[in-house]
Amino acid sequence: MAATSQRDEWKALGDILAIGAAAFLVILGLVLAVAGADLVMKFHGCLLLGASGLALLYMLAQFVESREPADTSGYADGVIRAGVIATVFWGVAGFLVGDIIAWQLAFPVLNFDLPWTNFGRLRPLHTSAVIFAFGGNALIATSFYVVQRTCRARLAGKWSPWFVFWGYQLFIVLAATGYLLGVTQSKEYAEPEWYVDLWLTAVWVVYFLVFVATIAKRKEPHVYVANWFYLAFIVTIAMLHIVNNLAVPVSLLGTKSYVLYSGVQDAMTQWWYGHNAVGFFLTAGFLGMMYYFVPKRAERPIYSYRLSVVHFWSLIFIYIWAGPHHLHYTALPDWAQTLGMTFSIILWMPSWGGMINGLMTLSGAWDKLRTDPVIRMLIVAVAFYGMSTFEGPLMSIKSVNSLSHYTDWTIGHVHSGALGWVAYISFGALYCLVPWLWHRKALYSQRLVEWHFWVSTLGIVLYITSMWVSGILQGLMWRAYDSLGFLEYSFVETVEAMHPFYVIRAIGGLLFVIGALLMAYNLWRTARGDQPVDATDQPSVAAAPEFRPGEYTAPAE
Amino acid sequence: MEYEQVASISQVAALIFFIVLFAGVVLYAFWPGNKKRFDEAARLPLEDDPESDNEKDS
Repeated sequence: MAATSQRDEWKALGDILAIGAAAFLVILGLVLAVAGADLVMKFHGCLLLGASGLALLYMLAQFVESREPADTSGYADGVIRAGVIATVFWGVAGFLVGDIIAWQLAFPVLNFDLPWTNFGRLRPLHTSAVIFAFGGNALIATSFYVVQRTCRARLAGKWSPWFVFWGYQLFIVLAATGYLLGVTQSKEYAEPEWYVDLWLTAVWVVYFLVFVATIAKRKEPHVYVANWFYLAFIVTIAMLHIVNNLAVPVSLLGTKSYVLYSGVQDAMTQWWYGHNAVGFFLTAGFLGMMYYFVPKRAERPIYSYRLSVVHFWSLIFIYIWAGPHHLHYTALPDWAQTLGMTFSIILWMPSWGGMINGLMTLSGAWDKLRTDPVIRMLIVAVAFYGMSTFEGPLMSIKSVNSLSHYTDWTIGHVHSGALGWVAYISFGALYCLVPWLWHRKALYSQRLVEWHFWVSTLGIVLYITSMWVSGILQGLMWRAYDSLGFLEYSFVETVEAMHPFYVIRAIGGLLFVIGALLMAYNLWRTARGDQPVDATDQPSVAAAPEFRPGEYTAPAE
Repeated sequence: MEYEQVASISQVAALIFFIVLFAGVVLYAFWPGNKKRFDEAARLPLEDDPESDNEKDS
């Protein structure tokens, strides 16, 4: 009895702390809404006020009625279901904005001559929507799923996981509306201004605490490798985010701030951040996804667990040094450029080690590639991971970089990683998760997954091939001299030469958007509980655990 | 201390540190005594306990 009442006291304390934090945010939002020095700050104050006000009312209602969740002994899946919905929503939105700006590049008239819809504001909207909104939600949702299953422990905290989810959505909305209204600190992939950065820091620290506390109360002695990758992602992103965003606000009530660094130090800090956002957000985090969902879906253990240990430690120690390759032939000291290039090339080893580990997990079960489009998506994602981590080090070599840098080749490279690897591994995880989380016997339609796979694969191929041709063409035109030593082409001539490839790229992007819409429809029908149209074609692992044949029938011996 | 001295000391120190670290990781991964532990860990995702006690909906 004593133990129970003590636990109740802790619970009440947690509730009161959560309610107090929400009340503080309500006051903060009110202050910013009333006293904000510019209109955007007032608007963002209103958003904070609205969001924290709703959270406060909800928690107060729960507290007053002392309502408890029906069952707190199992896994906490509600927040993961919310994360899955958010991932699909932001994914479709982010891909759509990306395709709109692709058409804008081909036909500039499509920016409508409005400040809010011009390329300069929509481009960060696209990159943040796909990386942070789509990718971030996918990572948070899957990490919460994986850490509970592989630790056999319920997610730590009652309100904290929900704060991570809703706080992260608020971060996305603050950042996105800020971009459209012209508020940016102009650092690539770190565009949000100082106050949005502070908010993300708070959310991220809670995310870290929830993840670590869940690992701490695990019932498994070993911490599975996927959790190592997720943890590296969480810790490193916290470090990168804080260091790169150090800035001095002009006023505590205004949006504008000045970055602490200047000149080449600023550039180096920015690309230390930028490349490690690739290395730890878009690689380590999604490798965590790979190390759980590929074995799970293939129903085979990972090819080599030992290789995964070497993969993890070598990847995290090498990636952190690769940033300077973004600054070849700049004011950055030569030795730093060479260091960045060398470490980028060394990265071939862990990257390909990880790729082989993922691919070979299917060894002896390659037929699943033919019969299960979900595993095909996961495995093609790993293949794209191998391809883009081959291309990246190649492009970091100084002499290659002198041709490729500032051209569309870079854009093509990024998208072979982003569409082929990040999005495909997330799609595969989503197709796994929705039937598992909503307790369905199968996906609504496996045929639609096939369609999604082929339509978006065609889209990716159109995208990256057009950007290869366009990028190399652009690079060669820029460096072409005539017999007198003058530049052969004016800049606008190189822009004109890009046009057909921009159209092809935009068509590829459109196919990718269509594929994502097919997925959204399919997942919605699955979650709603509609009768699957081709359940018999689907592997038993497509079903939620309680519906898998043989999983429960065998009595314990 | 001159810049060159600082640079060469830090380069050598980092070289030794990372090589020792990498050797440690490889030794840990391939140590015969760890094999059983890793083999069990590799099966972790496949051995989900029956999820009957999960929260069904929320």
